[in-house]
Formats: sequence, structure tokens, C-alpha cells
Amino acid sequence: MNAVWASGLRKRYRKRTAVDGVSFSVARGEVLGLLGPNGAGKTTVIKMMLGLVRPDAGEVMLLGRPVADPRARARVGYLPELFRYQPWLSAKEVLDLHVRLAGADVPERDRRDTLGLVGLADRAGDRVGGFSKGMQQRLGLAVALVARPEFVVLDEPTSALDPVGRADVRDILLSLKERGVAVLLNSHLIGEVERVCDRVVILDRGRVAASGTLAELLGGREVRLRLEKVTSEAEERLRRAGPVNRDGDLFTVVDLEIDLIPDLVADLVTLGVRIHSVEPGRVSLEDRLLDILGSER
Amino acid sequence: MIVLTFAALTLREAARRKVLRALAVLTVVLLALSAWGFHTLVTKEFDGAQLTTGELRLIASQLLNLVMFGLSLIAALGTAFLAGPTVAGEVESGTALAILARPIRRSTVLVGKWLGLVAFGGGFIALAGLAQFVIVYATTGYWPSDPVTGLALLAFQTAVLLTLGLLFSTLISPMASGVVAVGLFGATWIAGVVGGVGRGLGNDSVAAVGTVSQVLLPTDGLWRGAMYAFQDPAALLGFGGPAVKGGFPFLSDAPLTWAYLAWTITWTAVVLGLAALLLRRRDL
Repeated sequence: MNAVWASGLRKRYRKRTAVDGVSFSVARGEVLGLLGPNGAGKTTVIKMMLGLVRPDAGEVMLLGRPVADPRARARVGYLPELFRYQPWLSAKEVLDLHVRLAGADVPERDRRDTLGLVGLADRAGDRVGGFSKGMQQRLGLAVALVARPEFVVLDEPTSALDPVGRADVRDILLSLKERGVAVLLNSHLIGEVERVCDRVVILDRGRVAASGTLAELLGGREVRLRLEKVTSEAEERLRRAGPVNRDGDLFTVVDLEIDLIPDLVADLVTLGVRIHSVEPGRVSLEDRLLDILGSER
Repeated sequence: MIVLTFAALTLREAARRKVLRALAVLTVVLLALSAWGFHTLVTKEFDGAQLTTGELRLIASQLLNLVMFGLSLIAALGTAFLAGPTVAGEVESGTALAILARPIRRSTVLVGKWLGLVAFGGGFIALAGLAQFVIVYATTGYWPSDPVTGLALLAFQTAVLLTLGLLFSTLISPMASGVVAVGLFGATWIAGVVGGVGRGLGNDSVAAVGTVSQVLLPTDGLWRGAMYAFQDPAALLGFGGPAVKGGFPFLSDAPLTWAYLAWTITWTAVVLGLAALLLRRRDL
């Protein structure tokens, strides 16, 4: 069963189409990354998925129930992009409130542990009004995690965090993944997405520009070679290994099985080519994203 | 009960944001000034003689109404400015996002906040009003004819205004909703005074201004019903004339009718229902 299933979501704000026919799903236990440039409609999609924004068209099933039914949100944890919690409550009181609203039965110790997980254990009794932006975002994470969610939606969860905080979020995401909690992650930090997500949906101007597993999106591996004295036979040998892109003395062979690299290098040496460097690599998600967004425009 | 959770949360917010403290200070100032005024009234000689008991009761009635108007104004302004930010402010700041992503209905949140605000306004009216009655009794010996009904009507007036504030709060910005609600409250009061003058002069079309405005926004109608409950009917009878017929803003010529009370209850329910409907349809 899917944690969320959305079909044909459409939303217009006056004359501007924010989301135009977006469909996607997140399986239970899966971590899905939502990527795209500013204004691509990512946050609107998330809000429609949670029943916070009414779609003009389309359908959403959240943990097996239509999203219009409030019970669909019983096991959902959400950290909004625009996060703000009652400044006149303490961190602990905010968590207590959300546990009550979720109708969950969470013992006192687990609530304390959740605050500890986000690094706020010693600030539990302090008013949220005195928190820095980063601390409020940590509290938002605790709010999203406290009521034993089966599906966690994190909209830009590290926007206000320092590098240590970002690493903490990555650890939290990995532990959610281990426990089989489904996660939808919207983040501009592509490295973060690349490290933790099973699948990625790329939105551009309100539409799904691409989607798939990282392997599907990034394709096979590639090898970059810096070569000198490349004869036509040597070029022919490179082309037999895979499609070649040439930039001066830099040759990039893509979709190459990594086991075939030693044979290729040995053959090139035999053909008299002088080899300065061989770098096996992989297309980064960032390059692929720019590539996809570039071809869309 | 989630509704009560939000009611309690609203009360806690009022306490922690120091609204309670500000209201308490304002009220103490008003009560102290009124105590001084009433004391002076009793001891001061006018034209070489002190007031007779009848005159004193009539003047105490009017002055009590005047001070109670001040109290109701504090309650109305306080709750309207609390009601304004409660929905619009939370939507604007993002606080509503995390709350409304929980398995709760938006109408539950709205009704909970409404209950909290009603309890806040009603509690204030009851405490401050009672304190005022004690002050008037201690200085002049005057006790209102029907204090419970009067205070209940004043509390209801506060409830009506904050319901309107909540409705605006689902539509416009936090500050605008408070300002518009208080502005309409003032305008209805003035229309009520104009209508009273019309009745006093026997001019039906001018009197209609007050009636129509009291139907559209029942705050002034409730206020006039409350004033009637605070006044001394015997002293008023002896006074007579156009002032008692509605021409004087701090005297009321008739008690509230059951029909008007029923209309006010309906009005409140409809406006609250409309606010819930608007909030349900609103994109966050």
C-alpha cells in the first residue's frame, strides 16, 4: 500500500498555474525526494497532499484514506517550509499539544527522547519565542516525528540549519528509512537528496519533468580520461567502449561498465596513447537536474 | 475533547501574551476613577444642597451605565483584537500549517478558539462588572435592579463582537480584522444613539437608523438591554421626558425582547458558521 498516492493534481492562483497535472506516489517505507527550481510548485503539491490547499482538480489518498477525511492525517508528521510554533509555549508544551492533536499515546520519556534527537533536550522548558530560527526548525522536526508517524513530510528541513544540523537531519532521515517510515523530502540540497532518497520526482513549472529511482535518472557510470597522442584507432577503441564526449584532451566515455576500464586502459597504452589520468565517476544528480531543467526550457 | 484543548490554548495565550495583565491594569484605573467620581458625587454640594436620594439614584444609574460602557469597550476591544490575529495571524505566520496538518477539522479549531475567547470576555465582564457594582454600592448605596441579566447581556455583546472579529479574521489580515470589527462596533453604537434621539423626538425615520443597525450588528441592542438591567426603574419613572425615551445615550427605555435575543443567538450562530465555512475553504 502507498503512503500517499496523488493523481492529476492541478492548482491555479488567479492567472498563474502553480501545479499542472502532477501525479506521484510514495510507497510505505520509501524515501522520495522532491526536486525543482524555486516556484516549481513543490510546496503547493505538498500542501495539497496534506489537505492544506484545495486542488482545483485531482485526487489524493493519504495512508489509505481520501485526504478530505481528517483521519487520513492521523499518522502523518509534517515540517512546513514556513515553520513557526506558538512563541508563548515552551518546546515541551508544543510537543504535548501536537501529541494531543494527533490523538497518539506517546509516553513522557519518548517525548523527551524526541527533543533529545533534535538536540533540544536541555531547552525543553524554554519558551519558543526565545529560540533562534535554527532551533525552531529543530523543534519543527521534533513536532513532525513525535506522534509516531508512518509518513513524514519534510519541506526544506535544513533551510535554517548549520552543517552540524544538516548532518543530524541526514541521520534522522536514515533512521526513519531503517524503521520503514515513508518520507517525502523537499530540499534544495541535492547532495542530501542523493544520499538518502530511493526515488526522485523533479518538478518544473508545475509539471513532473522527470521521475524515477536514482539509478534510472542518473544512468550508468562514466569514465573521464585525460589523453595525449590519440590516434584514430585509439578513438575507435574508445567509441567501442561507449558513447564518447570530447573536450580538448578530456574524453568522457559514458554508460561504461566499471569492470571494463582496465582492458580499455591496456588497449589504449598498446595503441601508443599517453594516459595522464583516469577518473571513474557517476553523473551527479545536480548535473542531471540541470540537464533535465535545461532541456525543458 | 479537541475543542476544549483549543479553548484552553486560547486562554493560555491571552494570559501569557500579557493581555490579561494589560486588561487588569486598564480596569483597575477605570474602577479607581469611578470610585473617586462616585464618592465626590455623594459628598459634594450642588447649589448649596446635597442631592436627594431620588436624584442620587438617577445620577448613579446613568453614571453606572457610563462606566459599564467603558468596561464593555475594554472587553470588546480586547477580545476583538485577540480574535483578529487568532486565525489570520496564525495563517500568515505559518503556525496554522503544523496545527491543521493534524487529524482535526478546521471548524473544531475555530469553535475551540471561539469558546476560549467567550470565556475570556465573559470572565472579564463578570469580574470587572461585579467590582464596579460593589464600588457604586459602597459609595452611593445604589445596587442595580437586575445585575445578573445585565452582565450576561454585556458578556453576550462581547461574544457577538468577537464572533464578527473571527469572521473577518478568516477573510482579511490580522490587524484589519480587529480594526474593522471595532469600527463597526463604534458605528453601531453611534447609530443606536441617533436612533434613540429619533425616538425621543418622535421621528420614525431617524429612529429606524438605530433599529436597522441593531439588527445588522446586535452589539448595541444588547448594550441597551444591559443598561436597562443596570438602571433604577423607579427613579426613571419620576424623571420622564424624551431623555428616558431613548434620547440619552446612557439610559435605556425598554428591556430586551425575547425575539431580539433569539435573533442575536441566530446571528451569532450564522456568523460563526460562516467563519467556519470560509476557513474550511481557505488555502493555507
